[in-house]
Amino acid sequence: MTLDAKTAFDALRMREIVPALRQEIGGHPLVYLDNAASTLRPQQVLDAQNAFEESSYSNVHRGVHTLSQRATQAFEDARETVARFIGATSSNEIVFVRGTTEALNLVAQTHGRQAVSEGDQVMVSEMEHHSNIVPWQMLCSETGAQLVKIPLTESGDLDLDVYHEALSERTKIVAISHVSNVLGTKNPIEEMAQSARSVGATVVVDGAQSAPHLGVDVEALGCDFYAFSAHKLYGPSGMGALWGKQDLLEAMPPWQGGGSMIRSVSFSGTEWNELPYKFEAGTPNITGAVGMAAAIDFLEAIGLEPIAAREAELLEAARSALLAESSVQVLGDPKQRASVVSFLIDGIHAHDVGQVLDQEGVAVRVGHHCAQPIMEFYGVASTSRASFGVYNDASDIDRLIDAIRTAKSFFAV
Amino acid sequence: MSDLRALYQEVILDHYKQPRNFGALDQPVRIAHGSNPLCGDQIKVYVDLDGDLVKQVTFEGHGCAISTAAASLMTEAVSGLARSAVEELSHTFRDLVTSSDGSGDQADAPQDGPDLGKLEVLAGVREYPVRIKCATLAWHALAAAMDAELAGEADQALSTVSTE
Repeated sequence: MTLDAKTAFDALRMREIVPALRQEIGGHPLVYLDNAASTLRPQQVLDAQNAFEESSYSNVHRGVHTLSQRATQAFEDARETVARFIGATSSNEIVFVRGTTEALNLVAQTHGRQAVSEGDQVMVSEMEHHSNIVPWQMLCSETGAQLVKIPLTESGDLDLDVYHEALSERTKIVAISHVSNVLGTKNPIEEMAQSARSVGATVVVDGAQSAPHLGVDVEALGCDFYAFSAHKLYGPSGMGALWGKQDLLEAMPPWQGGGSMIRSVSFSGTEWNELPYKFEAGTPNITGAVGMAAAIDFLEAIGLEPIAAREAELLEAARSALLAESSVQVLGDPKQRASVVSFLIDGIHAHDVGQVLDQEGVAVRVGHHCAQPIMEFYGVASTSRASFGVYNDASDIDRLIDAIRTAKSFFAV
Repeated sequence: MSDLRALYQEVILDHYKQPRNFGALDQPVRIAHGSNPLCGDQIKVYVDLDGDLVKQVTFEGHGCAISTAAASLMTEAVSGLARSAVEELSHTFRDLVTSSDGSGDQADAPQDGPDLGKLEVLAGVREYPVRIKCATLAWHALAAAMDAELAGEADQALSTVSTE
């Protein structure tokens, strides 16, 4: 099936190709606006995984039998697809992991332990997801290094003046999200990475919210590591990728020990395998890799540029509609932004907003979005968040606003 | 809308908008702090104990309609009861909101426990598993306050309890 941007963005067509969208919730056709948490899978991704399971599944890099060879081929083809998708120069630089969280922990516990010692600094931004704070906190408490915060401004941008000022030769690692999962802020990675490089720090980018929505080129970003998850880009959960610069990956010690990550094992000593297998101990998520590649094929068939343009239009329309609504406040007004908007309704707790919206068939995320420092910054306990994906259209924003009005009327706001 | 009405009964909306016994007690014997990490809700429960008598319970905090109303209704239900009666009521209430038959029929409430009175309006949460913790947060905090004393800690200990 060929799928170009024009046919794909026909909402009815999207409902045809994404099975989970063909259902009613609370008696209403499902409107899915929780894409920042996880995306729904298109039929072609499900089919690709199923076809692989039915004809080619076996363990990889092990056997000489036909199925093992087919599985290995599919698994390594997937790695090539992922490398091309983010502009990596070599698929050796792609380490398959369970997801963004695992990728960030891997970097913190290997490169981090190498690069950071007592008295050094690790910088993370105030808008990070907990998964890009806690691994660095753990590293700092282990090494005696200091965790330094790049502060937010009221608009939901990072305070770059403070950032540039705070960088010094003590800064060893700068870890930042490309796109905020709460505010939708698109951070200026190129500029931030350039400054970090000038003091010799490595730059780790959490790409969970950018890979599905923007065309990403890791070389152009100028970062050293980039992590993202398959399940936020229409692929399966429990699957993701870490990209790292080859020289850094080569210099890093292995993370987990086991099969696959070794070249030879004896009781007198063990030799590590080459990249990227050094970081892939144990049997990997083979079908997950196939699904991730199929999801990338799905995105690339539509085109990342049309996707970014379309989602930007939807985001701006949603922000305007929310801002025009009485008793509704939108969190932040970042200069550059993508796919995510958080809002509050005066007098209705986010949990109750989510409940009413669900009854109206509109799925949003409510809570602190695993980013409690942002909640603390804005002085709120929780927010409601709408996040867009390829299958959303303008009618979904109408349904969101209608459901918000239902909530306001129900709670007499 | 009818499903929403089953969950958010009028009594719940009323206690959410105008919570009873809201605020700190001047001289509480016990304070416990409860939090729900899932949604960031925070609650502080103040208990004035006189021997075996729970003289008064108040609360402060920020939460959703269910957790606020549940806390407000709890303070009304337990103030003036003996400690053993509060514990019994707490168990019966937890059974009500976690009962797995999910019929929503109040006649299915446990037969041998104490009369739940107005607390029955929270029975609807059992249809919504993620909301059960909202309804029980204040009760967890109250239990933590009671346990702190049993453990023989100082007179005005601050106990912390989490729903996770």
